[in-house]
Amino acid sequence: MRVRCTVNGEERVADDVWAGESLLYVLRERLGLPGSKNACEQGECGSCTVYLDGVPVCACLVAAGQVEGRTVVTVEGLADGDLLHPVQQAFLDAGAVQCGFCTPGLVVAVHDLLQRHPRPSDPDVREALAGNLCRCTGYEKILEAVRLAALRAGGDR
Amino acid sequence: MDLVQPATWAEALTARAERPDLLPIAGGTDVMVDINFDRRRPEGLLDLTRVPETATWSVDDGVLRIGAGVTYAQVESDLADLAPGLAMASRTVGSPQIRNRGTVAGNLGSASPAGDAHPPLLAVGATVEVESVRGIRQVAADDFFVGVKRNALEPDELIRSVLVPVTGAPQQFAKIGTRNAMVIAVASFAVSLHPADRRVGTGIGSAAPTPRRAPQAEEQLAGALDWDGRGPLDPSAVRRFGELVADAADPIDDVRGSAAYRRHALAVLAARTATWAWDQHRTEVAS
Ligand SMILES: Cc1cc2nc3c(=O)[nH]c(=O)nc-3n(C[C@H](O)[C@H](O)[C@H](O)COP(=O)(O)OP(=O)(O)OC[C@H]3O[C@@H](n4cnc5c(N)ncnc54)[C@H](O)[C@@H]3O)c2cc1C
Ligand code: FES
Ligand code: FES
Repeated sequence: MRVRCTVNGEERVADDVWAGESLLYVLRERLGLPGSKNACEQGECGSCTVYLDGVPVCACLVAAGQVEGRTVVTVEGLADGDLLHPVQQAFLDAGAVQCGFCTPGLVVAVHDLLQRHPRPSDPDVREALAGNLCRCTGYEKILEAVRLAALRAGGDR
Repeated sequence: MDLVQPATWAEALTARAERPDLLPIAGGTDVMVDINFDRRRPEGLLDLTRVPETATWSVDDGVLRIGAGVTYAQVESDLADLAPGLAMASRTVGSPQIRNRGTVAGNLGSASPAGDAHPPLLAVGATVEVESVRGIRQVAADDFFVGVKRNALEPDELIRSVLVPVTGAPQQFAKIGTRNAMVIAVASFAVSLHPADRRVGTGIGSAAPTPRRAPQAEEQLAGALDWDGRGPLDPSAVRRFGELVADAADPIDDVRGSAAYRRHALAVLAARTATWAWDQHRTEVAS
């Protein structure tokens, strides 16, 4: 089966796709985009979070063929060339990245949160990130990264 | 394995009739987990996400029609006033990523005893509208769950929509789990007040082979409420309501909790939600 979709602004084609394959597999193994991570394949960890038609979803739970003709944005699509997206920069500056496995999914989830709520309260952040697990940081640094990213974005206003 | 992607509801019904071996897939939040873990290898998938007709909701003559493709995220954001119990339950499902994809119809398709949409649908007296090339059937939520993870769908049928009476009266939902997000309910409970006909609706989750109502508890509470004077709830009546709800359950011991704990929890949830709902009714009427 062939799947065509827009990924990070480019028209992409994946061939020989198996019908039961996930979007995550297509991204990582067929389109050379290993940013989205595969940890649980059951929607629990959020490390595979990508935008599908502008909405964050677990790529491991989307059947590849379901994205035919649709638009996907992965963590690779957030930076502007070598210039990291402010959310990514905030994660680095706050020390919210340890092993980094959860980071791509969290970055996408935080990117979405700050678009919808530029000034989220801590409970808003916890709620928005409830589907993203991190085994390393204990989450405090991640919360700091979100506050930092929100503060910096607010500074531009 | 192949993938069939109907572009209209009519095409979907035809495909369902011609290819009963295809597993319908909506948000995929149950189906893909099974496929990823090799628990299920259907001959193919029938992708319902391209059918535009089911992605919407509407209200007609006091009944809210929720299309099969409507996600929990939509229910939360759009239907909090029209279907408050279902919206509360939707808010507790999984994580934002899961709610952005998962559907109420998918919950009904899986028919898990722990499905969070089920108790509020039972409590409010919802109807599941199912359709095949043979025609449309309306199945009361109460008749929809026929066994552990089994529902009343025939092999050629699809869930088309869920019909929810718009009551304009308080509904409540509560769920017990180890944390606030991403938990399968250890026990859950929904209550719905129907002041116009002086009825109470209930729905029990995760505490019997199927989601179910507690009919005796419904009658008892309806009889104990001061519908005319809107007076406070009698504490002994609330306690009795909790006991009757617990009696209606048929829980098991499993990794998430013991049967005894589930019964106890249900009695507490029932008493609390009934109190919240009645207090809400009293203040709404007063104001
Ligand atoms: C991480 C995670 C957390 C979760 N948390 C919760 C939770 O808190 N509470 C809860 O209740 N559930 C939870 N679930 C389970 C799941 O999200 C729900 O059951 C959801 O409602 C399924 O909807 P879906 O659209 O994704 O269904 P799918 O996976 O696409 O389908 C589920 C079933 O329904 C059938 N089906 C779908 N649409 C139709 C239709 N129109 N007609 C006939 N059959 C149909 C499918 O064939 C399949 O059998 C969770 C799942 C995950 C992965
Ligand atoms: S890999 Fe998709 S949620 Fe964990
Ligand atoms: S940094 Fe290692 S899992 Fe989050």
